[in-house]
Amino acid sequence: MKYVGKSIQRIDAFEKVTGSAEYAGDIELPGMLYTKLLLSPYAHAKIKSIDFSDALKVPGVITIAIGEDFPFRIGLYVNDRNILARKKVRWVGEPVAAVVAENLEAAEEAIELIKVDYEPLPPVLDVRDALKPDAPLVHEELGEYAHSPAFNPIPGTNIANRFVVKKGNVEEGFKKSDVIVENEFLMPQVSHVPMEPHTCIGQYMKDGSIKIWTSAQSPFAIRYILGYSLGVPLHKISVYVPYVGGGFGGKAGINFEPLVVLLSKKAGYRPVKLELTREEQFMVAPVRQGFYGKIKTGVTRDGKIMAEKILYVFDAGAYADYGVNIGRAAGYSCTGPYYVPNLEGESLTVYTNHPWGTAFRGFGHFEFLWAIERQMEIVAAEIGMDPIEFRLKNALLPGLTTPTGEKLREDAGRIDQCIKAVAEKIGWGTPPVKITPNKIRAKGIAALWKAPAMPPNAASSAIIKLNEDGTFLLSVGVTEIGQGTVTALAQIVAEELSVPVEKIKVVPFRHTDLTPYSWQTVASRNLFMEGRAVIRAARDVKEQILEVASQVLRVPKDDLEIEDEKVYVKGRPEWSLQLKDIAAGYVYPNGNTIGGPIIGRGYYVGSRLTYLDPETGQGYPALKWTFGAQAVEIELDTETGEIKILKLVSAFDVGKAINPMLVEGQIVGGCVQSISLGMWEEYKYDKNGRMINPNLTDYKIARAGDIPEEHIVVIIENPQKDGPYGARGVGELSMLSVPPAIANAIFHATGVNINNLPLSFENIWKALKEKR
Amino acid sequence: MEKKKIIFKINGVEKTVEVEPNKTLLWLIREVLKLKGTKKACERGDCGLCTVLLNGEPVKSCLVLAVEVDGSEIVTVEGLSRDGELTPIQKAFIEHGALQCGFCTPAFVIVGHWLLNRNPNPSREEVVEALNGVLCRCTGYRPIIEAILDVAKKRK
Repeated sequence: MKYVGKSIQRIDAFEKVTGSAEYAGDIELPGMLYTKLLLSPYAHAKIKSIDFSDALKVPGVITIAIGEDFPFRIGLYVNDRNILARKKVRWVGEPVAAVVAENLEAAEEAIELIKVDYEPLPPVLDVRDALKPDAPLVHEELGEYAHSPAFNPIPGTNIANRFVVKKGNVEEGFKKSDVIVENEFLMPQVSHVPMEPHTCIGQYMKDGSIKIWTSAQSPFAIRYILGYSLGVPLHKISVYVPYVGGGFGGKAGINFEPLVVLLSKKAGYRPVKLELTREEQFMVAPVRQGFYGKIKTGVTRDGKIMAEKILYVFDAGAYADYGVNIGRAAGYSCTGPYYVPNLEGESLTVYTNHPWGTAFRGFGHFEFLWAIERQMEIVAAEIGMDPIEFRLKNALLPGLTTPTGEKLREDAGRIDQCIKAVAEKIGWGTPPVKITPNKIRAKGIAALWKAPAMPPNAASSAIIKLNEDGTFLLSVGVTEIGQGTVTALAQIVAEELSVPVEKIKVVPFRHTDLTPYSWQTVASRNLFMEGRAVIRAARDVKEQILEVASQVLRVPKDDLEIEDEKVYVKGRPEWSLQLKDIAAGYVYPNGNTIGGPIIGRGYYVGSRLTYLDPETGQGYPALKWTFGAQAVEIELDTETGEIKILKLVSAFDVGKAINPMLVEGQIVGGCVQSISLGMWEEYKYDKNGRMINPNLTDYKIARAGDIPEEHIVVIIENPQKDGPYGARGVGELSMLSVPPAIANAIFHATGVNINNLPLSFENIWKALKEKR
Repeated sequence: MEKKKIIFKINGVEKTVEVEPNKTLLWLIREVLKLKGTKKACERGDCGLCTVLLNGEPVKSCLVLAVEVDGSEIVTVEGLSRDGELTPIQKAFIEHGALQCGFCTPAFVIVGHWLLNRNPNPSREEVVEALNGVLCRCTGYRPIIEAILDVAKKRK
């Protein structure tokens, strides 16, 4: 192959290295106004009254909105979200009022003058407390919320969704087990920390149509939810998305777009811009849910897992419109990449008075794999088995069934090969080494898997146009959030139509009026699904080219070939046409014209996916599974708890690397994000539920000096037959399972099990001290 | 607030602007001069995305007041490549895949330029130290470090 499989440079690179790439915050519109939000100081309180009369007097202020101005709810899977807080506030940081002004200074000044009378309510600040029968309710009206039929909220409780998966007979399985091991695991809420904070501009037009410019992953989801919520037909809503400065899930679904649109209407139809500050990004924007897990594993002495009873509880925070699906995804993948014949899994998404949760790269898998991969290590140690051998013995291989009873397809990836690859490259099998009296070097490993969490009908589509000069234009709905999918898609067009990548332009923005539909840019699904759609669109283009060429060249279509921007008769390259000569219709010397502008289209939806059984969770949720494994060698200072990652090895079965440089880029970058989340990141709250570290000084993310000294990436390619050129997704996968590999290494070094994240030096030091 | 007149050079062009004394250099660059390549992402000196060269030295433009640049020379990412010809650092970023979402890229490109001007042959540690002031959430930094080292190596 000429283009697929090559490390071609990113097609968006020139704009990005020169600073000319457009992001939402760079957009300025005529008459544009600015909005600033007043945030709740309470985690849970009744709003008794709001007085903004003084604020309205500030020169430059156009209007002020409060929750009661927008008396309806929105949401992706559950309609539980208010545009601005109504009747009560549910987290410290929930927007209570919005000031719209000619400039930001006026808006900021006015915000200070708004007086809100609150009546504090007891908050729910621990997800385990939220499940207690006497817990205060975060959403009293849960039973009234419209929701997708795939979810199961329990009115009268804080449970926004309960997902259950049952397979085999778990009691029998435990009876047949020699050893039963049970452990609990915890993980805090964290921020996506996209370098570009959430930014959007909305304009309500006087004719009732709506325009949005936004930093978002999913323009079509925004259009759909907004249209549904406001009762506006979709052809009247336009969503424009330029380059996105990092999303990681936080810009999926719908966020602040409805707010700016409604503010615009209230402000006399002028465009209104909301640009979160970094502090607001932490306090107001959605976060990754917190997590609590309890796993009971029954295993035979010779290392076969017989049964598992699993409880996952996700701390959804104040709203769970997206979070319910994270709980569901973690539920149907709950065992990790292992075969468990008897299983009872329960995954709850639970409201608390913490900031609201949303999708985060990995979508529940970063969270539960922390628990599963720690548990696997602990169980292996209990039965005295090498953890690699234990994992391989229980590896979920093609032909075995997943938690939902799906028989893994023959051409699914190979978890065993991933585990063996990292074990070999890390030099598994040598005991920990003491370098100095306090410093120990040790190794750890963890495995991973994930499938896209999406509805069975999630769709992608593509349009390819042949320009009059023989160049091509590819239009797709997947947004460019850094992952590089569009470069790979251009390579696919190049391969299919035998045209250099330089002659293909991928439209660099998304505009719902022009762009073909894509459900969302999430779930590591877009290379696979847009890839298939692009292949079909390219073949449609080819068919149209050959149709005209066969008439002009007077040979049947199947005797023609396209190469090097020409269509020619096989074996007779001298009988040929330039693509440009048929791009807009072929013109004969006398003026007669046949054919016309060539526009190819293609779509893709997953094959034979199903909803899951509400009682047992059985069914086919997975477009494809991607498998992988991580191994680390660390140096631990037992005096101080400091660790250094000397070496990291990552192996992923990606099916086919369409662009190896981009695949490696995803893996190297994702792993550093994984380390950062695992070692440093957490929302810290005071006793009233107020975040105390809403800035990048106190909420540390990895810097250049924090990365592993060495990182070896192993790309395994067992092609999946229905993937584009055999490819599977890897974007989210790369950031899974590094923290459990580190904790497993600490366990091998010291015998100390750390089951709560983050693995900060302080927490490691405390854990080691407890043991002494 | 009373405005103050300042005269400075930005990307080789002399400008005269009247600014309020409480405005930052970042504000001057993005909101007055409309040079949008310099990014705003924390406005308190943590992330480094607004890094520009002030009299040849990298500064976080959110921490510098606009009035302070009177008589100074500023270079932003827009001032690096002229007439579409990329600089060796920019080319190396592209070759090494040292960018993803691109939001932090202008800052890293600026720091890379400054470093190699000051120290044409930096060690890996020196590159890492220079980059430590700028945050990236996508790339994991490794390709950025390698891109800069590669330019230094090729120059030798």
